[in-house]
Amino acid sequence: MTEDQQDRKTALHDEHVALGAALTGFGGWLMPLRYTSDLAEHRAVREAAGLFDLSHMGEIHVVGFQAAAALDHAIVGSATAIGVGRARYSMLCAEDGSVLDDIIVYRLADEHFLVVANAGNAALVARELTERAAGFDAVVDDRSDSTALVAVQGPRAEEIVASLTAPDDVEAVRTMKYYASAPATVAGVDALVARTGYTGEDGFELFVPAERAVELWKALLVAGEPLGLVPAGLSARDSLRLEAGMPLYGHELDTTTTPYEAGLGRVVKLDKVSDDGTPVEFVGRAALASRRGSAPARVLVGLKGEGRRPARAGYDVLVRHPDDSAGVKVGRVTSGAPSPTLGHPIAMAYVTPEVSAEGTRLAVDVRGRAEPFVVVPLPFYSRS
Amino acid sequence: MADFPAHLRYSVEHEWVDDASPATVGVTSVAADALGDVVYLELPEVGTTIEAGAVVGEIESTKSVSELYSPVSGTVVEVNQSAVDDPALVNSDPFGAGWLFKVDVTGAGDLLTAAEYAAHSG
Repeated sequence: MTEDQQDRKTALHDEHVALGAALTGFGGWLMPLRYTSDLAEHRAVREAAGLFDLSHMGEIHVVGFQAAAALDHAIVGSATAIGVGRARYSMLCAEDGSVLDDIIVYRLADEHFLVVANAGNAALVARELTERAAGFDAVVDDRSDSTALVAVQGPRAEEIVASLTAPDDVEAVRTMKYYASAPATVAGVDALVARTGYTGEDGFELFVPAERAVELWKALLVAGEPLGLVPAGLSARDSLRLEAGMPLYGHELDTTTTPYEAGLGRVVKLDKVSDDGTPVEFVGRAALASRRGSAPARVLVGLKGEGRRPARAGYDVLVRHPDDSAGVKVGRVTSGAPSPTLGHPIAMAYVTPEVSAEGTRLAVDVRGRAEPFVVVPLPFYSRS
Repeated sequence: MADFPAHLRYSVEHEWVDDASPATVGVTSVAADALGDVVYLELPEVGTTIEAGAVVGEIESTKSVSELYSPVSGTVVEVNQSAVDDPALVNSDPFGAGWLFKVDVTGAGDLLTAAEYAAHSG
């Protein structure tokens, strides 16, 4: 392996090593897979709180008089419709309507947006946004390298973050709505605090300058420990998001998928308008408009395992006959794991529409043996 | 480098076997740590004839699944039902309560001493 092919390290790398993390390559970065136990970290997030390093994610700022208009042209959602201080889940699609990345768009000010992209796609998103913003009065500024992102997720997250927040900002943090953001000083560090996450729990994501990441991380660990906070790795993050039915790019979403197949057609705003009410042409609109009316060839479903052996990504989904014998292939698993919270295997899979109804009995070929699964609604888990 | 019990022999696939009769087989702490939390064990049935180096079961964790190879040839005489019921024993005590099955041994594969295994997995 040559030097430039090696996985990059986040600003928190030495902290992960000091905490004894098992490390893994992900999206071009060397990231903590787990610190102690996948299950313990997963449960901590469901019952108390987990601390995640998400500095591998991309942070791309779009700034200028026409920042909203440029984004309206570039993504499938409406940036114009996002209020200042609010955020939306959206997607960047190709001309053919396929998904290049799923993103979160934060409106920080009238003329300032932050686009958060997946690690492996961050450079592509920055490039595409730059190309698509050409001709608009807007500047695309990829600040991924200088930005660290730390997430505190779980029912105790508000208490933990608020305990470190400057007095003047505490009220804003405590009353912050889901999918909202505001600047706040946390542990003495100027942060953009957002009430977003990828775990199915309440929680916050804190964007800070990379050089301040270590002091914030350490302060959160110390403040959170008495409340049950533990550092949590990508393994827990994956099982948490799967339980919450959230797509992972490269699994449920990729360049062969449209938002409609993924059950995420709601993010596509075919009829979005600009501030003055004129219709907006956006990249991928024509292809997506023609697909909206036609039934997709496959749909994303949730599967619950009736046995103990979990399905994994890439396994074939099969018809299950009334006598429990397995039949022809009708789909493919995109993500699968034993659910720590629910105690049985769960999976997401693309299947043909005829077998996508809730309650349909299916099978998954788990390394040569057909295991029984049944179609269930997504998400598998939602917090009470 | 981890310390491995000196009275056991080890396979390069991270199984261990003792020299009792019948012999007890398990997976090492290296395997348990690499897998993460073990959530499901599929072990050979009692009475099965197994061959050294052949796949005899699987060990599934939250993140991944790996095949279980037998370090010895022989006949399976007992499986650890406690570990089947509570696979976390493989993580918490891989060389003790997390043992997997017992074999009437007729032959062994190429096995390593604790020191050789430590060097191999170091």
